[in-house]
Amino acid sequence: MTETAAMGLAGATRESAVAFDHVDMVFPDGTHAVEDVSFAVSPGEFVTVVGPSGCGKSTLLRIASGLETPTGGAVHIDRSNIGYVFQDATLMDWRTVKRNVELLGELHGLDKAERARRAQEAIATVGLSGFEDHYPKALSGGMRMRTSIARSLTLAPPVFLFDEPFGALDEITREHLNGELLRLFVDKGFAALFITHSIYEAVFLSTRVLVMSARPGRIVADIEIPFGYPRSDELRFDAGFAELSGLVSHELRSAHA
Amino acid sequence: MSATEKLQVEVPPAASMAEEDLATAPGIIPALTTKRQYRHMSLLGPLAVFAAFIGFWYAAPYLFFSDRKFLVPPPHDVLYVAFIENATLGQLWDLLQLVVSDIVPFLTIDVEPEGSVLIDNLVALWLTTKVALTGLFFAIVLGTLGAMLMSQARWIEQSFYPYLIALQAVPILALVPLIGSFFGFGFTARVIVCIIISFFPIVANTLFGLLSAERGYHELLSLHGAGRLIRLRKLMIPAALPAAFTGLRIAAGLSVIGAIVGDFFFRRGDPGIGSLLDVYFARIRQEELFGATILSSLLGIAVFVFFGWLGRLVTGAWHEERAGT
Repeated sequence: MTETAAMGLAGATRESAVAFDHVDMVFPDGTHAVEDVSFAVSPGEFVTVVGPSGCGKSTLLRIASGLETPTGGAVHIDRSNIGYVFQDATLMDWRTVKRNVELLGELHGLDKAERARRAQEAIATVGLSGFEDHYPKALSGGMRMRTSIARSLTLAPPVFLFDEPFGALDEITREHLNGELLRLFVDKGFAALFITHSIYEAVFLSTRVLVMSARPGRIVADIEIPFGYPRSDELRFDAGFAELSGLVSHELRSAHA
Repeated sequence: MSATEKLQVEVPPAASMAEEDLATAPGIIPALTTKRQYRHMSLLGPLAVFAAFIGFWYAAPYLFFSDRKFLVPPPHDVLYVAFIENATLGQLWDLLQLVVSDIVPFLTIDVEPEGSVLIDNLVALWLTTKVALTGLFFAIVLGTLGAMLMSQARWIEQSFYPYLIALQAVPILALVPLIGSFFGFGFTARVIVCIIISFFPIVANTLFGLLSAERGYHELLSLHGAGRLIRLRKLMIPAALPAAFTGLRIAAGLSVIGAIVGDFFFRRGDPGIGSLLDVYFARIRQEELFGATILSSLLGIAVFVFFGWLGRLVTGAWHEERAGT
C-alpha cells in the first residue's frame, strides 16, 4: 500500500467521494475476488483501476455502488446519487434515445417537462442532438455508449463509476470518447472511479492510476499522473506519457509475474 | 428447468420458419437481383408454383385415383359448387349482420344467412372462428398472467413449469371425453379445448421474454430503487413483447386447430366448419369438402398473418429482426 492511499483514509467519510476501507470480498462459491483494498477518491479526482480481466476490478465498482456487499471492511460513499456506466450500454431497445435518456428521471419521479429538459441538455452534451428519435438498433456502439453516459448525466451525480465502458469499442472510437469524457470531467467536475484493462486509456484519463494484482485483487501500485486538464490527443505522443505508461506496464507485469 | 428447454419453446414451428425464410431469401443475394427484378420474382415465382399446383390437381385423379376419379373433383367444379353456385351478395350481407350481432354486446340482429354451399360454409367457419378467438382470448389472459407470476420468483416457476410441459405433452384428443363430461358438448367445451391447446406457447414464450432482460438492466433499475412493479412495467414486459408475439402467433394457429377438433367431437349447438367437414366426408360431397377444407386453411393462414402483422406493428420499429431483414 502506498503512502497516499493510506493517508487519504484518515478523513475518508467526510472528505472523499468514495473511500474503500480494508475491503475484502469472498463470493459464496469461494472465489476470493478482492483482498484488503483501501483507497479513496477525492471530489474532482479521476482515479482509474487497471488490471487484467478477471482480477476483481469490476467487483470494486459493484461494491461501491451497493450491488454487492463486501465480506470484510467497508466503503464510504453517498449512494443517493451515483452515476454508474456499465460495460454494456444497457439501452432499452423499445425506447428512443430521448426516452432512454429520460429513464432515470422517470425512476426518480421528476416531472415530464423537467425530464425532457434534462434529457435534451444531456443529449446535446454528448453530441447526439438530432438522434433523439432514433432507436438503439440504429446506433453504432459509440453512439450507444454516449447515450448511456447521457442517461447518467441527467441526474448530475457528483460521483461516476465507470465499468470498462469503452472496452468493446474500436480504438479510434475509444480514443475519441476518451477525449469527450475528459471534456465532461473538466466541465462537470465530478469524481470518477474508472475501470479498464487498457494502460493508455488509464494514463490518458486519470489523475491517479491504481494497479491491481491477479486474484485475489489487491492494489499493488498507486501512480500519480501529473498532467493538467484539459488534455489534448497529442498527449498520447508525449515522452512523459510514454514513461508513465511504461511505469504502469512495469507494475502490472511485476504484479502478475 | 434447463436453459435449453426455454430456448426450444422460442423456436417457431416449421410454418413460421418457412415464412421468415421466404421473407429473408431475396436479401441473401442482393448483388444479383435489382429491386425491380426482385419485385417481379416475388410475384411470378409464387404464381408459377400455384399454376403448377393447379395443373397437378387436374392431373391427380388420372395419376392416382383412376378408378375413383370422383374423389378429386377438378378445381373448376370445386370453385363453382363451393364458392359460386347460388351465392349472392345478399347472403354475404346477412353473414356480415350475423358477425356484427355476435361481436357487439347486447345487439341482436335476427338473420339466418343460407341458400348456398358458400354461405353454409362461411357461417360454419364464423362459428369456428368465434370459438377459436374466445379460446385464444382466455389463453392470452391466463397465459400472460401465469407467465408474469412465474417471472416473479424462481420457486414459483419451478413449481409450475413441469405441469405446463405435461399439459403440452398430453394429446388433446385424450382429454376430449373428460372435457365433454365436465362441460357438456357445446360452445364451452370447444372453447376449453382451444384454451388448453394454445395456452402453452403463450405462457412459455411470454415467460422466456419476461426473463430475457440481462442482468445489467436489472442492476440499472436496482441502483435507482425500482421495485417489482416498476421493474415489470419498464423492463420485463416491454422486453417480453417480441417473444410474446411469437408465442401468440403460434397459439393463434393452434386455437384454430383446437376449434376444428372441438367441432368434430362436440356436436351440440350450431355446427362449426369441422362438423360440416365431417358431414361432407360422410356423404362423399367432394366439391363441398374441398371448399370447406380450403376455407379452414384460409382461416388458419389469416390468423397467422394477422398476428404476425400485429407483432410487427407493436415491435417492428425497435425490435432487431434476424440478420438480412
